[in-house]
Amino acid sequence: MDHPFAITLDTGTSLANRTGSWRNSRPEYVDRLPPCNHACPAGENIQAWLFDAESGKYEAAWRTLTQDNPMPAVMGRVCYHPCEGACNRAELDEAVGINSVERFLGDYALKQGFAFVQPEQETGKKVLVIGAGPSGLSAAYHLRRMGHAVTIYEAGPMAGGMMRFGIPKYRLPREVLDAEIKRILDLGIELHLNRKVDDVRETKEAGGFDAVFLAVGAHIAKRAYIPAGGAARVLDAVAVLRSMEGEEKPLLGRRVVVYGGGNTAMDVARTAKRLGAEEAIVVYRRTRNRMPARDFEIEEAIEEGVLMKWLSTIKHVGESAITVEKMVLDEKGFPQPTGELETLEADSVILALGQDVDLSLIENVSGIEVKDGVVQVGGNMMTGFAGVFAGGDMVPSERTVTVAIGHGKKAARHIDGWLRGENYAAASKHEIASFDKLNTWYYEDAPKTVRPMLSIVRRRSTFDEVQGGLDETNALYEARRCLSCGNCFECDNCYGMCPDNAVIKLGAGMRFIFNLDYCKGCGVCAAECPCGAIKMVPETI
Amino acid sequence: MNEITQKLKFYQKGTHTVGNRLVSERDRSVQASIDRSNALTCGHRACQGCGEALGARYAIDAAMRATNDNIIAVNATGCLEVFTTPYPETSWQVPWMHSLFGNAAAVASGVAAAMRVKNRSEVRAIAQAGDGGTTDIGFQCLSGMFERNDDVLYICYDNEGYMNTGVQRSSATPPAARTATTPAVGAEPGNVFGTGKSLPKIAMAHGIPYVATATVADLLDLERKVAKAMSIHGARYIHIHVPCPLGWGSASHDTIRLARLAVESGFFPMFEAEWGKLTASRKIRRKVPVEEYLKLQRRFAHLFKNGRTDPRVARLQAICDRNIEEYDLMPAAVEP
Repeated sequence: MDHPFAITLDTGTSLANRTGSWRNSRPEYVDRLPPCNHACPAGENIQAWLFDAESGKYEAAWRTLTQDNPMPAVMGRVCYHPCEGACNRAELDEAVGINSVERFLGDYALKQGFAFVQPEQETGKKVLVIGAGPSGLSAAYHLRRMGHAVTIYEAGPMAGGMMRFGIPKYRLPREVLDAEIKRILDLGIELHLNRKVDDVRETKEAGGFDAVFLAVGAHIAKRAYIPAGGAARVLDAVAVLRSMEGEEKPLLGRRVVVYGGGNTAMDVARTAKRLGAEEAIVVYRRTRNRMPARDFEIEEAIEEGVLMKWLSTIKHVGESAITVEKMVLDEKGFPQPTGELETLEADSVILALGQDVDLSLIENVSGIEVKDGVVQVGGNMMTGFAGVFAGGDMVPSERTVTVAIGHGKKAARHIDGWLRGENYAAASKHEIASFDKLNTWYYEDAPKTVRPMLSIVRRRSTFDEVQGGLDETNALYEARRCLSCGNCFECDNCYGMCPDNAVIKLGAGMRFIFNLDYCKGCGVCAAECPCGAIKMVPETI
Repeated sequence: MNEITQKLKFYQKGTHTVGNRLVSERDRSVQASIDRSNALTCGHRACQGCGEALGARYAIDAAMRATNDNIIAVNATGCLEVFTTPYPETSWQVPWMHSLFGNAAAVASGVAAAMRVKNRSEVRAIAQAGDGGTTDIGFQCLSGMFERNDDVLYICYDNEGYMNTGVQRSSATPPAARTATTPAVGAEPGNVFGTGKSLPKIAMAHGIPYVATATVADLLDLERKVAKAMSIHGARYIHIHVPCPLGWGSASHDTIRLARLAVESGFFPMFEAEWGKLTASRKIRRKVPVEEYLKLQRRFAHLFKNGRTDPRVARLQAICDRNIEEYDLMPAAVEP
């Protein structure tokens, strides 16, 4: 014994004392589903790409984003961003400007000339996609990346579908659309324009295709019977917007009346304004809050000088004037005629009453069920005819670009499964990272960045893009407003705040693990985790 | 506002967290570092969610980084001594000694003197104790250390009572709190209003170079204050508020939350003083009424019995309001 005076025992360490045995519940790291991801119709992993964008890794962010959606620059302009509607940050100050960051990434990728990674292996299967709109392009992209040979037959003279023939230039500049379409086609997808399919089954057999994805959209304008004089100029909105893409711009006259209350009505009224109409009046039979158009579109239309005539229907169209009848809403909210008439001067009337699907290509195919003018599909997007899938505006859904792109992805996964003789099963979803799971103390206060808007004067007279994008500084700031709901962002709170030193930090990008030999289960880590990525689980004793 | 804080504000998250992957390693806390000292390592016998264990690791790790590990720690009797070092086992990863309940300041003065004599004055002495060992039992030695301006950093981990011996009242126990010696019975249930003392103020009255209060809910602030204290020679005092789940009757996972609410309600004012003069205070970020702090603790449960709020809560709120005024805790109104 060579201990110093009065010392009898060797110094021991408390590490021998496994305090983990005190625990009655244990912390576990979890990845919860962020509400933005949950709300995204295209199934984007938004939180994940914002995580990359936050540290300035824009290419990585873009690659993560395009795992799910091949057209971020288009999305960043035309998506109605339900993600922002679901964003937890809205309860703190304002939702994260996800859409503006997406646009920044999309534009950045176009500027840098990023290309998609070619498929590693060819499967030898041939898939036909009918329609080169958002849904068809999305399906083609995903199928090609899975290694299938993809051919697109498009009835129109250009690819893009409603993105080109429905959405005006001032919302989606054509060079952006063209560039994103080209990048998809560069994966080795064969596109045949002006190739209308008359019979799906015949075309499938003739071309030797293993599967078909139908995505012809809804292009036939709905008509309403309106008594009209001989010289009356009655047009439909789809035709007007379509002709905007051609050489000859439509002649609408000085006073234009648009009939309908949807987004297309707004688009066509705003287009008329830009073509030089002195007056563009939207006639809609119900009230503003019942208009199907998005509120911001109505707002922007009004800003640009479009006039609104709510609670009105068109009774008669004359040579240079129309007769409208005032309506009232009954207790159920349906418009009822009052008999009160009014005359409006009008050089042309544009009907924007919704669109139907051209179903001629499936008329002779048995087994495909059509209900309410749209094609019925199962949960796997397959029609009643084996091997023929459908998506986009031609199936029952909300008719937006993003939903269509989501359909394309979903259908591609099921088609791929079907071609391999398997059933594609989506991974089960994590629990949603709702606001109550967060500890928002740790987030800095930061208001949303406002995107620049084109001046009203230029909005009334040109087709320049109305909404501007963010520059890099703003986009970075905006990305960093993300709360990273439900997913660890390596803030070190658990590691720093464990009174028992029982969290092991694995290093940048590798997150943490719990040292259960010493964790007493106090729950401080879970309570102080800003983003709700730790869950306390009772121990089985 | 200087340029660095201005820039940091643009890092939208992590500004208040332990670490932040978006800022350089240098700007992160000591606790975020993968190779922090862990002065107080695993296997100690503190209760689940112990605020003192956390506060001690925060402070000593920060002091070690500030001095290149040249530290000798002296510990008074108390929870921190008992749960870390049941002879012969210890959790300390730093030269550490324990003598008596009341003499930590005197022993640390001796350590500092010994180092000076041995020409090793780069080795710095830190004394640490709980509130009982500081405000009551060790008070005389501490006052002596202050008035001699010995080169010691004295850290008090204030959990507002004698928790180790079974939750008895100390002179740092807040009014109305129930302890084993101030039961919640009679006309004045809990600890009596108008008693107790503010040791940070007493330290300031000694005119020593540096006095600060800190909390386990604001790590970056705590580490900055410890580092600043280690940059100064002479007597320094840091008073750290550390919630005690056992003594306060709170949930173990609420430790940090309670410490935060104590600051945000104004109940525990955070400030710094140099040479006896107040120099800075940490502003309240999201002000809360004191009830939010009290209701999470069973030692105050008698104030909210049968769904009604005891008038004494208003007296506690008045204490918070006085702190807010005295230490100027509200942020200046921001121009819109």
